[in-house]
Amino acid sequence: MKILVCISHVPDTTAKINFTNNYSAFDTNGVQFVINPNDEFGLTRAIWFKEQAGATVTVVNVGGPDAEATLRKALAIGADEAIRVNAAPADGFFVAKQLAEVVKNGGYDLVIAGKESLDYNGGMVPGMLAALTGADFVNGCIKLDVNGSDVTATREIDGGKETLSAKLPLVIGGQKGLVEEKDLRIPNMRGIMAARTKALTIVEPIGAEATTKAVKFEKPAPKSAVKLISPDNLDELVNLLHTEAKVI
Amino acid sequence: MSILIYAESAEGKFKKTAFELASYAKNIAGQTGTTVTALAINVADASVLAAYGVDKVLKVTNDKLKAFNAKAFADVIKQAAAKEGSKFVLFSSNTDSLYITPLVAVGLEAGYASNVVALPESLEPFQVKRTAFSNKAFNITEITTDVKVLSIGKNSFGLKENAASATEEDFTPSLNDGDFTVKVASSEKVSGQVTIADAEIVVSGGRGLKGPENWGLLEDLASALGAATACSKPVSDLGWRPHSEHVGQTGKPVAANLYVAVGISGAIQHIAGINSSKVKVVINADPEAPFFKVADYGVVGDAFDILPKLTEKIKAFKAQNS
Repeated sequence: MKILVCISHVPDTTAKINFTNNYSAFDTNGVQFVINPNDEFGLTRAIWFKEQAGATVTVVNVGGPDAEATLRKALAIGADEAIRVNAAPADGFFVAKQLAEVVKNGGYDLVIAGKESLDYNGGMVPGMLAALTGADFVNGCIKLDVNGSDVTATREIDGGKETLSAKLPLVIGGQKGLVEEKDLRIPNMRGIMAARTKALTIVEPIGAEATTKAVKFEKPAPKSAVKLISPDNLDELVNLLHTEAKVI
Repeated sequence: MSILIYAESAEGKFKKTAFELASYAKNIAGQTGTTVTALAINVADASVLAAYGVDKVLKVTNDKLKAFNAKAFADVIKQAAAKEGSKFVLFSSNTDSLYITPLVAVGLEAGYASNVVALPESLEPFQVKRTAFSNKAFNITEITTDVKVLSIGKNSFGLKENAASATEEDFTPSLNDGDFTVKVASSEKVSGQVTIADAEIVVSGGRGLKGPENWGLLEDLASALGAATACSKPVSDLGWRPHSEHVGQTGKPVAANLYVAVGISGAIQHIAGINSSKVKVVINADPEAPFFKVADYGVVGDAFDILPKLTEKIKAFKAQNS
């Protein structure tokens, strides 16, 4: 089984979000970048398939040279090879078009992407990629098993979960649950050394038009100070929730 | 030219978010001089949509669509959009709708903006405000294609009654076997409980509750409020509560009217996930807990003392106001 794992290079979840150039661009100054958490769960599951069933795992990113550190980390965790499509990720559709080309050229059976990236939160790349390649698609996937070309995938639904059967080729929009948090891997020294000699291929983008553009950014309005209520006066809290906040 | 909305339903009834979506669509229809068409799949009585400004309902009745299937539903929506010549196709930010939207966007060669939280900033060019960086910022996105797909965040516009006289029309899309290659094998759904996605009020617990055995206190408050229960990441990582209750940046997002955080310190990732909620209440023994910086109302004190008392007060309030 050939697996492609799509990796977004995103600010660490604890990063403070600021903008430059009159709020037109994200300020990367002092920001630590990581593998998008939703992608990392998928990557770890892919490596499990590699170890248990002899799958090969390729990781791919659409981005600039700065994303290579993130791809190297994925290699150190255990992916076999990496591809970087050398283009700024203009929007979700543009990224999906580039990934579709990689899928077409590589003949992957299973594509695992995070259901959304934690920077733009578009939540569209996996579905668009499925639509562009004609593969089936499971979104919000929290459990994934493959037997030959038969796939059993569980997805989260409102108030529960649903188990689906599907066939390869398949695109997964994955999230926490594909593996548990404790099963995520920190690259060890051997992995880091091995990653240095693994192939990281740079391919040029195909011509594709973005369908959206980020015009500018805003930060949430500053919050007014919290109203403190004494634990001995909970009637006041109930009253405020009713008359002032009007939520009960 | 009519604006198409996908009016999501469950067990033959529209979700409340469908009415908010209709309200939003009606506003854009008013600005652009067009009408609103709703697509309803296997909903017997669709007349209720008219109250929120829907002019026409396309009713699809088909046993093959009894269970949700993203590819098939996307196919139906694409055909409905083509029939109506829609330049706007709008969705709610529900799990199933968000599964469909990218498929529809590619099929209609439409640009897609998700997590939209306000009416368009401008129609020409078309620019909307959406959340980004996990609710830590907003992003004004311009859609440059002729057809536009939007998914609208819950509680970002509200319900606006706008009575229209809706006509109903049966719509028979063509479905093919290729739409049904992903099949539902089984589903587990907790019945009789408010889900986090649908809840107007969410009561959430953190490590401050000291152990899973104390969750009854939280559940009592939730039941008095008619709320869903949720938890912080450490609580789900410790296995005190199931993953499905984990809310935050890597868990479920919450956009409730009221979010009550008990014994949750308020890590930046947690706040990101719940920040779209309108009113936030924090109950915490530590007055320095970061949650107090983002909350509207706060109580500093012992949750084990406060929870039962607050539950009683809420019950008394409900009894008086029902």
